[in-house]
Parts: sequence; C-alpha cells; structure tokens
Amino acid sequence: MSELPLWEVFIRSQHGLAHKHVGSLHASDAQMAMAHARDVYTRRNEGVSIWLVRSADITASAPGDKDALFDPSNDKVYRHPSFFPMPEEIKHL
Amino acid sequence: MTAYEPKVECLLRLGDTALVLGHRLSEWCAHAPVLEEDLALSNTALDLLGQSRRWLTYAGELEGKGRDEDDLAFKRDTHEYRNVLLVEQDNGNYADTLARQFYFDVWHQLVLQHLTSSGDKRVAETARQALTEVTYHVRRSSDLVIRLGDGSEESRRRMQAAIDEFWIFTGELFEVDEADQAMIGEGVMGDVRLLKDAWCARVTEVIQQAQLRLPPASAMRSGGRRGVHSELLGYLLAEMQFLPRAYPNTKW
Repeated sequence: MSELPLWEVFIRSQHGLAHKHVGSLHASDAQMAMAHARDVYTRRNEGVSIWLVRSADITASAPGDKDALFDPSNDKVYRHPSFFPMPEEIKHL
Repeated sequence: MTAYEPKVECLLRLGDTALVLGHRLSEWCAHAPVLEEDLALSNTALDLLGQSRRWLTYAGELEGKGRDEDDLAFKRDTHEYRNVLLVEQDNGNYADTLARQFYFDVWHQLVLQHLTSSGDKRVAETARQALTEVTYHVRRSSDLVIRLGDGSEESRRRMQAAIDEFWIFTGELFEVDEADQAMIGEGVMGDVRLLKDAWCARVTEVIQQAQLRLPPASAMRSGGRRGVHSELLGYLLAEMQFLPRAYPNTKW
C-alpha cells in the first residue's frame, strides 16, 4: 500500500489550542485517512479534533532559500514584543 | 459439559466471545499489511479485551466460587468456554479477518443496543460503555469490506471468498436456548432472534454496496455457546493461557 497518497495529521489537544502537526500516514482518501488518524494518533487520548491535509497539497519553503528568507530578521530584535511585561495568567502566547 | 447458572452462562457467552475475538485480533499485532491497520486492529483487540474483563468479572461474582476475571480467562479449558464459533476461526488472510469482524461487529452493536435497556443495571451500564467502542468497530469493518469488495480484481475475489466462508457461523449468533430463555424472561438479556432481520438488512446493504453477492444459503454450524468447539480454540487457549499455567500466580 506504499503507493497510497501521504497525508499530514494535525491534532488539537484541547479546546482553545491550535491544531498541531503530529505526523503522517498513508490512505487512499479522506475518509480512510480520518479512520487511520484516529487509530494511529489518538490512542492515548491526545486530542479533541483532527485535521488532515494531503502532503502533496502543502507548499513548503525550499531549504536552499533559508538565508534569503530568514536571515534578515535575525538582527531586528525590536520587532519582538518582548519589552512589555505580560500578566501571569495569560497562557499559550 | 460444565453447567453454569443461566445468568452466569449468558455473561460468559458475552465475555468469552469478546475475549477470544480480542485474542485473535491481537495475533495480527506486528503482522498486519500496513502500520495503520496494525494499530487499528490492536485498538479493536484492546477494546474487546476491556469489555470481556467487565463481563467475566461480573460472571465470576455471580458464580460465587471466588473466581475473578483472570481465573475465568486463564484456568478454563475449551469445553468450559462459551464463545460463538465465529470468533475462534483462524485469522486467515486480511479479507478473512475483516469478514469475520464485519459479521460480528454488526451483530455486536445490535446486541449491545438491546442490552442497554436490560433490567440488570450492571448489564445495561456495561453494554452502554461498550457501545461507543463498537459503534466505531462496525463503521470500520463495514468500510473496509466495501473498499476491498469494490476494489481490485484480487481484493474482490478474496473478499467474496471470505464473506462466503464465514457465513456458516452466523446462524449461531441468533440461537436461543434454555439459559437465554430464562434470562429473557427475567428481562436481563434480550431476545437475539428479534435482531436477525436488522442484522440481515445491514449485512445485505454493505455486501451489495461492496459489489459482492450474498453467500448462498447453507447449513449453519453451531455449538460454541454450549462449549462444543472446533480444535482451533484449543490452540488459541494453549497460547493465551501458557504463561499463567506454566508460572501460576506470577506477577509483572
């Protein structure tokens, strides 16, 4: 079954949090991918919601572009909102 | 033949059936065709094991001989087991395992739905707990029967052969004997004969959707519920019971 399309799996671990990439799997269509995602990635009560995306539908940045894309922000510390005190009770920022 | 009280008998039938099928499915662990299916079958096996523990624990308490779930699982011989013959059949190829599972899951869901209105609160609660798991099982096995039946030429041929092969074990699922009658009378268990039409309708629907043909009518085999098993159960128990029999009372 290795010729089946690859899918990327995203799980929301609890309400209020964002879906997070947890891994991938092979499945012929969305319905089968959903069943497999449930069986492979939520066996230990990991989540409350699943998103699936065909890996082929993801556009990824090229590793060779790393310098051009990301280096320019390296020395611009003033873009970080790190000069404000944050209240303790605000989580997940 | 060992005789049990009617209620213990009926609870053992539920518990043993879940236990034996759970063990059969666990035999696929690390041998399934793909990783995703391997985990899915192991999940189902664990669901069934959990359900069997609850039925067997209750059976042991009612029996009143001080036997717990482990005693009942590991210290009974084949003639004392009460599972239906369907679930002790060998795994065969993947289509065989799925056909067996599909016939069982559709029946299991109907039986548990029926038992949620049992007059025995513990039976009703155990059935209710199991039902969410089984709702997923039946969806999964139905889906795969359709995919393989309506798949390639080879998968269609194998799925048809498997659907035909296990058909003869489905009659036993709807048998009612004196023990069942007694429990139906007390409102503890449901009358499985009333579920047969719903089972046939659901099974027919899936088989047709899978572009397969219904198995031809044939003589049904039964006996497991009375403790009359094929030799297959002996091999299964030999493996399942080896450790506690070889090393009694051993702990992790």
